[in-house]
Amino acid sequence: MVIDDLIAIAEQERAARKKYVIRCCLAAGCMSSNSKGVKEALDVAVKEAGLENDVEVRGVGCMKLCCQGPLVQIDGDGQGATVRIEGNPQGPLYQRVTPEDAASLVATLKGGKTNVQRGDPAQPFFTNQVSIVLANSGIVDPERIESYIAADGYQALHDVLREMTPKDVVEAMIKSGLRGRGGAGYPTGLKWATVAKTPGNQKYVICNADEGDPGAFMDRSVLESDPHSVLEGMAIGAYAVGANQGFIYVRAEYPLAISRLQNAIKQAKQKELLGSGVFESPFNFNIDVRIGAGAFVCGEETALMSSVEGKRGSPRPRPPFPAERGLWSSPTLINNVETFANVPPIFRKGPEWFAGIGTEKSKGTKVFALAGRITNTGLLEVPMGTTLREIVEKMGGGAPDGRKIKAVQTGGPSGGCIPAEALDTPVDYDSLVKLGSIMGSGGMIVMDDTSRMVDVARFFMEFCMDESCGKCIPCRAGTVQMYHLLNKILEGKATPRDLEQLESLCDLVKNTSLCGLGQTAPNPVLSTLRFFRKEYTDLLKEDVYAGPKTDDPGQTNGGPKPEALLPVT
Amino acid sequence: MAAKTLIINGKHVSAEENATILEAATEAGISIPTLCHLDGVYDAGACRLCLVEVAGISKLLPACTTKVAEGMDVSTDTERLRKYRRMTLELLFAERNHVCAVCVSNNHCELQTLAYSQGMEHVRFEYRFPKWEVDNTHALFGMDHNRCILCTRCVRVCWHIEGAGTKNESGRGAKERIITDLNQPWGASDTCTNCGKCVMACPTGALFYKGSTVSEMERDRSKLEFIVTAREKKQWIASE
Amino acid sequence: MSFLDLDEFLIELAGKVELVFSPVMDVKEYPENVDLCLVEGAVCNEDNLEMIHKVRRRTKILVSFGDCAVTANVTAIRNQLGLGNAESVLQRAYVEGAQSNPGVPREPGIVPLLLPRVMPVHEVVRVDYFLPGCPPPADRIKAVLTQVLSGVEPKLEGLQLKFG
Repeated sequence: MVIDDLIAIAEQERAARKKYVIRCCLAAGCMSSNSKGVKEALDVAVKEAGLENDVEVRGVGCMKLCCQGPLVQIDGDGQGATVRIEGNPQGPLYQRVTPEDAASLVATLKGGKTNVQRGDPAQPFFTNQVSIVLANSGIVDPERIESYIAADGYQALHDVLREMTPKDVVEAMIKSGLRGRGGAGYPTGLKWATVAKTPGNQKYVICNADEGDPGAFMDRSVLESDPHSVLEGMAIGAYAVGANQGFIYVRAEYPLAISRLQNAIKQAKQKELLGSGVFESPFNFNIDVRIGAGAFVCGEETALMSSVEGKRGSPRPRPPFPAERGLWSSPTLINNVETFANVPPIFRKGPEWFAGIGTEKSKGTKVFALAGRITNTGLLEVPMGTTLREIVEKMGGGAPDGRKIKAVQTGGPSGGCIPAEALDTPVDYDSLVKLGSIMGSGGMIVMDDTSRMVDVARFFMEFCMDESCGKCIPCRAGTVQMYHLLNKILEGKATPRDLEQLESLCDLVKNTSLCGLGQTAPNPVLSTLRFFRKEYTDLLKEDVYAGPKTDDPGQTNGGPKPEALLPVT
Repeated sequence: MAAKTLIINGKHVSAEENATILEAATEAGISIPTLCHLDGVYDAGACRLCLVEVAGISKLLPACTTKVAEGMDVSTDTERLRKYRRMTLELLFAERNHVCAVCVSNNHCELQTLAYSQGMEHVRFEYRFPKWEVDNTHALFGMDHNRCILCTRCVRVCWHIEGAGTKNESGRGAKERIITDLNQPWGASDTCTNCGKCVMACPTGALFYKGSTVSEMERDRSKLEFIVTAREKKQWIASE
Repeated sequence: MSFLDLDEFLIELAGKVELVFSPVMDVKEYPENVDLCLVEGAVCNEDNLEMIHKVRRRTKILVSFGDCAVTANVTAIRNQLGLGNAESVLQRAYVEGAQSNPGVPREPGIVPLLLPRVMPVHEVVRVDYFLPGCPPPADRIKAVLTQVLSGVEPKLEGLQLKFG
């Protein structure tokens, strides 16, 4: 494979573009409402209408407005893979399509009418999105590498391998200002630089695709919709740090993502875009998929590496960091799916272009999975610094049934609840931390005024308790006690002293746990306590005995006769 | 090997370059509470009792896995650390069924000793009273999961010193437990060499010699130490 | 019984305190305005529950005395059986293990009902001081009593706090 071959594939693919492209979402969300049946019915309908030469029915990745799926969109004359939803107002969007609708949809191409529900591609949910990571999502066929190549895929890899030194690549990454999209927001360029500088004959690149936060589906969508962008990003990273082997760690609950990844890797190998001597350079790089058994803690990098090695997935103390001693004790670059997916566009369009998007300290865009009590459930990508209000009210359409938004939970079990009063906060790494939450990987769960915040805290605490690996005591036993206290509060059996004990446990677990899972497990409690303390205190009952003997916050002496003490009969 | 000078609890201490804070402190006669640490096997950093404060670092660091650095200013016994240590111990006591009065290891138990030395006169958390089994299938040893604190010392000695790989962890969170082989009764294990190192390593009454009754279970760690010293330093004598 | 191990200190003690309630005294009702009470045993049945609330209301200083009071100890082993444990132990004791007349005694007002869960004293009422041990050795009891009698905040340290 040389650059001319790549360009030839792209041109051939573009030239083969038919007059109409009917794009049908084949990501997991729409697939769960039978979009596969819709795609097959569309194929049949096109054939029956005798339009095979004019119409391509293309299975694509996520078309973002998941709650209205299955989604189908028809493009007119255009540039094939580069047609964008917002750039093509002619392309009507159809929602909740069934296989029975296929014939009438195809008939519209010959001037016929259809009763299928029309979506509005001009609504803010679509038009306010800025697509970098999701640029190909819903456009290219994730099962065909040619489709990705026609969208300028693998060109960045070529340019990097043939025109840049690894040092140039790292510098470009630093210049882009990209920060890790997995949660903590560590500067990606800096991480690459560290791994590049650490001596070692064997280095590894790992893509963390163990997306585990409840309500989060960004990484799954990227893998299902545009797997090659992740492979290309990993290859560029491998070149920059000097690695020759990559692993993608995906959870087994993502079978579609796994099969598309495996298919993508196979195709990339066939086209010699992975393997030895990529683009006839001395660069060798292979990628293998590792399937996780769905333990949340395996999203923690040291636990993940332990799992890749075939061991029990439990974290270990850092330092040493993976950049220094990672997989099989070799220097390892580990980034999240979305981080890698950002890499090819950065090299295609230049780090300056990327750094021009977003805020001063948070560059580029962020993909969010909008879920919960929200009208438009789905996937959206917005520039860093977009306000929460813009995301949930304008783009998300607010809470359904005329309800009022009460809070937005970001960052999954490690994050926190941001109250409605703070909706004007621009979303970036630092502002969310100030509010006691985190950016996290991009899960955004909206709560309306029917949600009880103590309940929300209990939900996340139960999650952390179940997912604690059990290695360190504060997380293993502390989450059990916190969950118990939250239950006690919700049952109306707790006293102010129980609340104090809960708070002192939060302090302990946060400051003494071994890994990020434990250290952040108290966050949902802490943030709901910070903004909704009254909801807790309203549930407390009076202590019949005077306060604690000492000021010790952990003191639990005394308390009234609990209702639970009814004798057995 | 270059030496590093650091400060522990205001006292200037010199340590070998690759020493951990725990090793440096122990050498200087400063004791730091530990539970999962066992001399001679690699550290897990799991029990969090040896966490110390280091000036200039906001996070607490485990003394057993943190290497010393030049000029490091370590505090091992602050009020905050004492508070955390006591709470961590209370969490352990509330987690499973630690009934000292009827335990084989009563008076010889590291958990019990740590509890009273850290001033734990009662447990402020609600006892969970989980139901756990006792594995009495092995001819020589028994395993009482009620008293297990999941320090994984037994797992580490089994893999690292004996090399048998019989002991393992299974499950997660509060449901985690120590298993033999692929979760079969200890007596049915093909890999167990009956060496008893796990029993020697156990800090509580979870692993015991069969036939021992209340307070009778005393452990001899000198054998473990002997093996490790012989292997690593090629000295066929037990070091002090 | 370990209280009796206080030996001659008992005589000294008798000169300083008035013993108003004890299992070995024939007093039916726990009196009002008690200065100090050493509470033994866990809270297991509804009589215990009623009693401990009464004791707390009528006592200035309540000391949780011995491992059963402090940790619920052996008496709480039935908690491991989970919900319905009270009925299970009664069945075991009075039916399965009975040599004659099997049957769980059920005499409301006479035989107190078991609580669903055995609890250490501090889970039910506020406790001022803890005196662990199974049994607490005489020197430990003496240390606490001497400190209380001399008006000092009783404080045990190190080995004096050992459970078991």
